[in-house]
Amino acid sequence: MALLQLSEPGQSTVPHQHRLAAGIDLGTTNSLVATVRSGKAVTLTDDDGEHILPSVVHYREGGVEVGRKAKEGAASDPLNTVVSVKRLIGRGLSDLKTLAGRLPYEFHDVDAAVPRIHTVAGDVSPVEVSSEILKKLVKRAEESLGGQLEGIVITVPAYFDDAQRQATKDAATIAGFKVLRLLNEPTAAAVAYGLDSGSDGVHAIYDLGGGTFDISILRLNRGVFEVLSTGGDSALGGDDFDRLIAEWIMQQAGIREDTDHSTLRHLMQIACKAKEALTDAEVTKIEATLPGGSSWQGELNREQFHQLVDPLIRKTLGPCRRALRDAGLSAEDIEDVVMVGGSTRVPRVRELVGEFFRTEPLVSIDPDRVVAIGAAIQADVLVGNKSDNEMLLLDVNPLSLGIETMGGLVEKIIPRNTTIPVARGQEFTTFKDGQTAMAVHVLQGERELVSDNRSLARFELRGIPPMVAGAARIRVTFSVDADGLLSVEAEEQSSGVKASVEVKPSYGLTDSEVESMLRDSIDHAREDMEARALREQQVEAERVIEALTAALADDGDELLDDSERNTVEAALGELAGVLENGDQSQIKAAIESLEKRCEFYVERRMNSSVRKAMSGHSIEDFE
Amino acid sequence: MTITLTEAAASHVRNYLENRGSGLGIRLGVRTSGCSGMAYVLEFADESEADDKIFEQHGVKVLVDPKSLLYLDGTELDYTREGLNEGFKFNNPNVKDSCGCGESFNV
Repeated sequence: MALLQLSEPGQSTVPHQHRLAAGIDLGTTNSLVATVRSGKAVTLTDDDGEHILPSVVHYREGGVEVGRKAKEGAASDPLNTVVSVKRLIGRGLSDLKTLAGRLPYEFHDVDAAVPRIHTVAGDVSPVEVSSEILKKLVKRAEESLGGQLEGIVITVPAYFDDAQRQATKDAATIAGFKVLRLLNEPTAAAVAYGLDSGSDGVHAIYDLGGGTFDISILRLNRGVFEVLSTGGDSALGGDDFDRLIAEWIMQQAGIREDTDHSTLRHLMQIACKAKEALTDAEVTKIEATLPGGSSWQGELNREQFHQLVDPLIRKTLGPCRRALRDAGLSAEDIEDVVMVGGSTRVPRVRELVGEFFRTEPLVSIDPDRVVAIGAAIQADVLVGNKSDNEMLLLDVNPLSLGIETMGGLVEKIIPRNTTIPVARGQEFTTFKDGQTAMAVHVLQGERELVSDNRSLARFELRGIPPMVAGAARIRVTFSVDADGLLSVEAEEQSSGVKASVEVKPSYGLTDSEVESMLRDSIDHAREDMEARALREQQVEAERVIEALTAALADDGDELLDDSERNTVEAALGELAGVLENGDQSQIKAAIESLEKRCEFYVERRMNSSVRKAMSGHSIEDFE
Repeated sequence: MTITLTEAAASHVRNYLENRGSGLGIRLGVRTSGCSGMAYVLEFADESEADDKIFEQHGVKVLVDPKSLLYLDGTELDYTREGLNEGFKFNNPNVKDSCGCGESFNV
């Protein structure tokens, strides 16, 4: 007979209609899947009792292997074994070029937007590779729960942009799974500790994995987590601890630095064991086999270990300090520090991080599993297994979204930190007479100028009925769904012509660029303000020149004699000159001077058009 | 009339109750639904009803309403593992036949 789980009072499901859901931590090196059983979130194991699935996919002719077995293939068949695909997902080819030096794969630039990796089983995209990992995890969950999953929650780094989020969601969709929500990894860790049901406050999530370090500052505000700031180092992790111990052994044992590869690997392994032993023990014995077959024995105590790794741990505190500064906070403002990632098991890490934030870090949940556990709790709520829907966790969009307006300026439509899902619209108009099309350029970022922001998409609204400049009413609507994915629609109100776009995974930025976008906007606030003022003045000048030139062509010959025309044209030329090189106040002055000098012409035009309108009518017609 | 729990079932229930942080015990019951007549109810219990029969074993309170008890009398609640799947199992002597998966049954 089927095996049952405890439900909340009144929430028992009818047979064959269990609301099964799972949370997935789709990691760079390792992935996990967790679910809530009888009210308790647990990570699920495979047949061998392993919780962790290495995020490695090995393509062979006629088959795909995921996980530990695939990892074994990484050494023997590196070209067909994809590791760390998370670093590639949602990236365009140009981004990959900067990464590709470190990657063994052959990229096929079939469709420039989505690079493909060449394998014996055909070309695969990063989305497809991620999809294989998800399939493996979902299969494990369905076997463990004895039924089909209704949906999954997948975690992504807080700094993932729209393209990377969309690509992650696509990976689930092509595997046929319903994504209930994408959840920020630090938010998931906070949920695992139940911080979302606590009182409002600011928390730090310290995530030190094998090869990467991330720090996130979250604020809980009426049940909603906002990511205040993020920081980190994409090349710092527990592996570096091992390397330092290995180097220490080499020094002690007199092994030359240029020793062979297998000795190095052997040393890394015993270094890792020594590190783990020192979690509980004060001192550990080390026995290394040297090249040539002899062996070396030694001891490493905690104090020596601390001397070795302290500089590395302190290196993580720099990004912590910066993240605090970005959030405008100091260490005292942090209520809880959640420890994530296997390397936070090292007691010295906990000690120094605790000292830095002046609070005892939260460590009771296995740091390798805490993100998956938070995702599972969220998934359980989203499929409706909680009695009173006590937790409806909302997310916020991390960077402002907007469109380009005249002069290369950005008009923000949805400001950063708006709770999502959200839809906002704004009306725009045409700039020129008879304009029938409008280019919509969608941007992400905090800066004032288009060139300083991230371009997400471009599309054109065509078929606008010809009207004078400023008469058309074009409504641009931005909607961001619960996963932070954006769709933009532009509609001309009188004719109803429409065009829209959804952001597709074709653009990308490096991690550090995404992280620094926020910082830049603060560092460049004044500059940006001045740049905006200048561009606005330039646009105004261009508009004046445009209008005056059109007027001259229209009735200049009729209304002006030669000298008057020269005056107007001189004023025009002056403004055009200042427009090239002048600063904001010079342009403003030039516009004002032009207006003054051409006043007579404007007046004459007005009189002339009034005369034209009235000619042939008697006074009575206007009464 | 009696309902029993195996030690394995009781220890899981204790664990889940502790994790939940509140709850009197668990409620067992049956209701009419499913492809073969009846289906089991297995829930956390926060309060008892006046008519409930309460059985206590291995430190776990089991609440059963009198109507359900007719169908559950003699049932042993167990906790088992089948492959990767694990969960609670009703060993109910009253069941005459059940649907293929055993989630619903007839008496």
